[in-house]
This record gives sequence, structure tokens and C-alpha cells, in this order.
Amino acid sequence: MSNDSPIIVTAERVEKSFGPLAVLKGIDLTVRKGEVVVIVGASGSGKTTFIRCINHLEKIDKGVIKVNGHLIGYREKNGKLVEDRERNIAQQRREIGMVFQQFNLFPHLTALGNIIEAPIHVRGDNRDEAIRTGRALLARVGLAEKENVYPAQLSGGQQQRVAIARALAMRPALMLFDEPTSALDPEMIGEVLEVMKELARDGMTMIVVTHEMGFAREVAHRVIMMHGGWIVEDAPPKQFFNHPQHERTKAFLSRVVTHGP
Amino acid sequence: MLFDWAFFWHYLLQPSKIYLNGLMLTLCVSVIAQGVGTVVGLFGALAGSSRLKFLRFVVGFYVWVMRGTPLLVQIVFIYTGLAAANIFRFEDIDLGFLTLPGNIQAGILALTLNEGAYMAEIIRAGISSVGIGQTEAAKSLGMTYWLYMRRIILPQAARVIIPPLGNEFNSMLKNTTLLSVIGVPELLLATQMVTSATFRVFELYLVVACYFLSLTTLWSFVQRYLERRYGDQKSQVGLAKQSSGFSRLVGLGNSSESK
Repeated sequence: MSNDSPIIVTAERVEKSFGPLAVLKGIDLTVRKGEVVVIVGASGSGKTTFIRCINHLEKIDKGVIKVNGHLIGYREKNGKLVEDRERNIAQQRREIGMVFQQFNLFPHLTALGNIIEAPIHVRGDNRDEAIRTGRALLARVGLAEKENVYPAQLSGGQQQRVAIARALAMRPALMLFDEPTSALDPEMIGEVLEVMKELARDGMTMIVVTHEMGFAREVAHRVIMMHGGWIVEDAPPKQFFNHPQHERTKAFLSRVVTHGP
Repeated sequence: MLFDWAFFWHYLLQPSKIYLNGLMLTLCVSVIAQGVGTVVGLFGALAGSSRLKFLRFVVGFYVWVMRGTPLLVQIVFIYTGLAAANIFRFEDIDLGFLTLPGNIQAGILALTLNEGAYMAEIIRAGISSVGIGQTEAAKSLGMTYWLYMRRIILPQAARVIIPPLGNEFNSMLKNTTLLSVIGVPELLLATQMVTSATFRVFELYLVVACYFLSLTTLWSFVQRYLERRYGDQKSQVGLAKQSSGFSRLVGLGNSSESK
């Protein structure tokens, strides 16, 4: 990945408030194809809100977000931005995979059922083909033998791996991870991070909100520090961890416990 | 007046045609009103959680009126009241193979509208029992509203909706007797017609009670099947132990289930 790789995500002057509380005050970010961007910051810094804006699970109040050149959630009408039609928003979301803190697997469907649901009913894939791809994805996250098991019978780590496979089944151009290991028991964090590392190695464009500093150090191309609704630092991991520029980053790094390898 | 057992057994075991017709009518009216009422309730529940304030208001008003007034009053109002006020008169409709009398149409409409209000509340509760994370996951995969409602939310809401739905139909079977006041010859009115000819009131009312008990008993078996099929999450580790048919029937809780 280099500076002339195509741009996957652009965010310009993104602002977002919940009532009187301004959560994002003007976020600018560009992510190129194949980049792994890790966002860190204290809770309340707006990092989760920001990645939820990228697939329009949260509406933005000002600014623009584009993924693969498509304006997300809005369209231009007489020079102004208006919220897009549901159908178009859904269309845009197909190319953005998302992994949630709480996994959010569909409990009434098996592991394989979770994975093939959207390919069949959203994209209109042939069922046999979807099953073939779904099995391959399950194998890729190391759960080939669990295809007929329901989420409640899987451990947290296994559920999150199925959730990653489910998102990948839509062949997204971008994967968003919203604190994917925060709800997991410590002994299961590793297996999920391993799948994410593999994904990064395969060249997936990823934006990851996490507290796993080991992952950031090892896998990220850029680490971003958010504070009070702003991006205060955006640097390669070496520089970020060894020579942080901003006071907030220094304070944050001195507080966090470094896990992992 | 002594209770005439022979008379009772005779009418119970060899019901006259008027009884059987009443039974058929009770069943048909119940099934139609419950079926359509459930659909009305589904749309009521969806409209009630709409972003449009106007829709929410309409549904809220509808549920408020239907749940806040007696069903008997609603039935009389729709059939007799509307006609007396010259707003709408239910006329017999000739369907070719049978004629559908105006009072039956009005009765089905009243039961349907009443049921729709209750079902709207039940379905709304079912939908809101499904966590917001499910909707977000479905949306993030590119699903639109109707698709994720149909494929993701409603199948999970069914677990919460099915048990009260079964109870609603049980009530519906019995509520059809209220249609006797507008002259629908369902089971109760059929009984009344026979009593006025025979003066055997207790015997015949016991017969009609037995008929309803048979209907609701048969339904309880269907309900049990439905709950097992849709109510229990296949995903739950260790299926809840099923209570025996009899204890379920007479309403005895299985101790392992009651907690």
C-alpha cells in the first residue's frame, strides 16, 4: 500500500451532536486501499460514533463521508445535501462490512445461516454458491466444523469470528471494527485478533476502534488518537507509540496497559 | 325443573343441524377475524413505531379506542349504530356459492378491528423485545426495512408474540358469542333458538359450554405445537422441558418452568 493506492474512505469536516453534546467536532480522514487504521482514545472521545457514521448507522450533522467515491447517507440536491433514500443507503452499506462489540449474530440462524443470509437475500446469490462461499469463510476463521451450530452454543470468541465471516461474505471494500474484542473474555481475545491480522495481511482495508495496543503496534499502518471529538494525532505506529507529539496522546499512552505480543 | 340428562346427552352427541351450522360459523368467524386482525395488528405495530408522527398518532388513537370500549358496544355500534346514523349499512353479499349476510360481515369487521388493536400491542412488544443490535447488524449487511423485518426481526419477535397470540385466539373463539346480539346464528344464538323451542335452558347451555370447551381444548393442542415450533429458540442451549399435555391443559405450571 502506497500513497498512490486508491482512496477508499474520505471524511471531511464531519460533525455530529447528540442533542447539546457535540461528539464529533470536525473529523478529516483519508484511508487508502489496503490500509489498516486503528483509532484509539478514551471513552467519550467519539471514536465509536465516528466509525458508525461511516456506514450511516449514525447520521452526520455536517461534513461529508465518501466510501469508494460514493457519498454515504446523503445525496446532493440543488447544491444541498439531503438524506438519501433507504434503498440507496442499503446499497452503499453492502460494500462496508461492520463488526460489532456485541457480535450481534442472528440468534435464530446457524453459523452458516448467519453468513449466507445477506448474500442470498441482499445480493441475490444462488443458494448453493452462497453456501460454498460461506463454508470457505467459516474455514478461514477456523470454524469449519461449526456451520450448523447456533450462536448461543458458541463462545464469545467464536461468535465474533462468525460475525467477521458474515461481514466478509458481502465482499466489502472496507471493514469497520467497533471494539471487536471489548466484550470478550481475555483468553478469547487472541483468536479474534489473529483472524483480523490475517485479514490485514490479505490486504483488506480496515478501520479498527480498539484498546488492543499490541494489535495497533503490530498490524496498523496508522494509529489515530481521538480526543474530545477531534483527531489529535495520526501517525505510523512506531512514531505514535515511541514519539507521540500531542500531550493527550502522551497522557493516554501512559495510562493504557499494553496487551499482546 | 329437573335436569334432563337424556336430553343433554342427546343434544351433545347428536347435535341438530342448527348447532353444527353455529359451530361452523363460530369457527369461520374466529379464524377470519383472528387472521385479518393479526395482519391489522402487524401493520398497526409497524406504523406505531414509524418515524411519522401522524401515523403514530392514528395507531395510538385506534388502540386507545378499541381497547377502551367494550367489544359488545363496538359490535352494536358497527352494525346497528352506523346504519341508524345513515353512515353505512351492511348489505348481504352474494358470493355465488353462498350469501354473506350483512350482520356477519359487520360482526367479523368488529372482531377484526378489536383484535387488531390488541395484536398491535402484542406485536409491538414482540418487536421491541429484539435488541437494537439486530437491526444494526442487518442494516450493516445492506438489508432494507422490509427485508430485515421479515428475515431477522419478526422471526425473533415470534418467540414473544406466539404465546399471547394463542391466548387471543382462545378469547376470540368465546367472543364470537357476542355476535348473537346482532343476530349472527353462531353457537350461542343457535342454542338460544333451540331453548326457546324446548325450554331446556340448563341442558342446552351445558351443551354449548361443552362445545366451547372442546374447541378451546383442541386449540390448546395447536397452541402447544406452535409454541414448540416457533416459541422455543432452537438456538437456546438445552430446550426448556415441555410440560405434559394434561398439566398444560388444566393450567398447572411445571415446577421446572415456573421459575
